[in-house]
Amino acid sequence: MYSEKVIDHFNNPRNVGEIPDADGIGQVGNAKCGDIMKISLSVENNIIKDIKFKTFGCGAAVATSSMVTEMVKGKTVEEAMAVSNRAVAEALGGLPGEKLHCSNLAADAVHAALDDYVEKQGTMAKKGIAFDGQT
Amino acid sequence: MRKVYLDNSATTPVDPQVAEAMMAVLTGVYGNPSSVHEDGRQARMAMEKARWSLAGLIGATPEEIVFTSGGTEANNLALQGAAKARVKKGRHLITTAIEHHAVLDVMECMEKNGYDLTVLPVNEEGIVAVEDVRGAIRPDTTLISVMHANNEVGSIQPIEAIGELARERGILFHVDAVQSLGKLPISVINMNIDMLSVSGHKIYGPKGVGALYLRKGVRVVPMMFGGGQERKVRPGTENMLGIVGFGEACRLAGEGLQEFAALAVLRDRLLDGILARIPDVKVNGPRRGSRLPNNVNVSIRFVEGESLLLSLDMQGIAASSGSACTSGSLDPSHVLLAMGLTHEIAHGSLRFTLGKQTTQEDVDYVLEKLPPIVERLRAMSPLFSETV
Ligand SMILES: Cc1ncc(COP(=O)(O)O)c(C=O)c1O
Ligand SMILES: [Zn+2]
Repeated sequence: MYSEKVIDHFNNPRNVGEIPDADGIGQVGNAKCGDIMKISLSVENNIIKDIKFKTFGCGAAVATSSMVTEMVKGKTVEEAMAVSNRAVAEALGGLPGEKLHCSNLAADAVHAALDDYVEKQGTMAKKGIAFDGQT
Repeated sequence: MRKVYLDNSATTPVDPQVAEAMMAVLTGVYGNPSSVHEDGRQARMAMEKARWSLAGLIGATPEEIVFTSGGTEANNLALQGAAKARVKKGRHLITTAIEHHAVLDVMECMEKNGYDLTVLPVNEEGIVAVEDVRGAIRPDTTLISVMHANNEVGSIQPIEAIGELARERGILFHVDAVQSLGKLPISVINMNIDMLSVSGHKIYGPKGVGALYLRKGVRVVPMMFGGGQERKVRPGTENMLGIVGFGEACRLAGEGLQEFAALAVLRDRLLDGILARIPDVKVNGPRRGSRLPNNVNVSIRFVEGESLLLSLDMQGIAASSGSACTSGSLDPSHVLLAMGLTHEIAHGSLRFTLGKQTTQEDVDYVLEKLPPIVERLRAMSPLFSETV
């Protein structure tokens, strides 16, 4: 039912964990639907330096979380924003049809974390703190 | 790698003796049981022997058995057929919230088609109260359907008392016994059952065959029309291969009833072992007494069921879960929700159903493999870190 790549990411997930003092944190899904993904990331010079995930969910949820961290690590904020849930599923060699909605939220979690990052930067800018990387 | 099959409530392997009986039909008995000649008579004899075996297992007479394509068809035939046959008496039907979809969905479909439906709640152990059944009965109630044992949590329902109540009030009583046949003693007489659904593939018989017990005098409107087979209630040339296999499975199940009850020892070894080795585990369903001897159902907090199944599968262990991600729907098991579990706890449910082939080594293998799997998944879970 799952591709070899999905199973590989499920068995050997990349970038599991949480970044202390992360620049951005995003969480999507809820326990009601059965999939929760939490992404934390650190950004330097507009580049995603580090990213980690924690996921409660099925094999597809774990695999997409793992895959998306690989896809956006080292990318610019804008490039990461352009990565879609669909692109993540495709990178995994596809997902079973019934997994395409609820379990395929990993890119949304990254976007949420980046939104959080941008918002924090905005707040800091308003307070007169320089943007990350512009000092 | 070791293979441990603990999903015997989903289906069972075919017993070699069943396979042998079926092979004999496949290669040697080709007559149509409706034919007058020698070949036909030979087929009919094989079929009637099977009917005797099933009737014997549930305390019925052979004429009260109608073979079907399985438990699903037996449920449909009983519920739709009996409700239609009694529609002049009334349109009110009663069932429970934990029935298999092959009952619940039939009832809900009938509700859409002009029947009134009462779906009774269950307690936190997954058991319906006789008093709730009594309270739901109306003058126009024609049919009550309650399963004998639940397929997910193994809870055993108070069938005898409900049967007595139904009989007192002149209401037809249907029981889905797909999960209890061969596991618990069944007497349609003592339990006051009017209609009983059973299936072959849960008792080491073949898939695609089952039966409906119809108490003498109980009339149902057929779902299909055709020849005169199965007293016209279920026309069509009979599934000889399936019926003979099912019959042999019934014979063996009758012989093995005591042995099956002894599975409770392994069930408790597995359950107690899980509780001793893994923290934050909730037992779903009755703890001991009113539970199928082969059913273990637990919720492992902070992890999701499908990821557990996937991890177990890689260790050669077959189990099942009530998580939404295993059902293809967005909601977890309706049974667990009806028992009052939260969505999160229901998503983390894990069911092991033992079979007559299950050994202590199998159980100990699971007890060795499961804890590290849970530890790995919990380390990955955002719910877990929030609480520690
Ligand atoms: C309680 C119950 N009823 C009915 C069925 C359906 O039986 P069958 O698969 O033979 O149609 C099942 C099997 O999953 C069951 O567990
Ligand atoms: Zn999922």
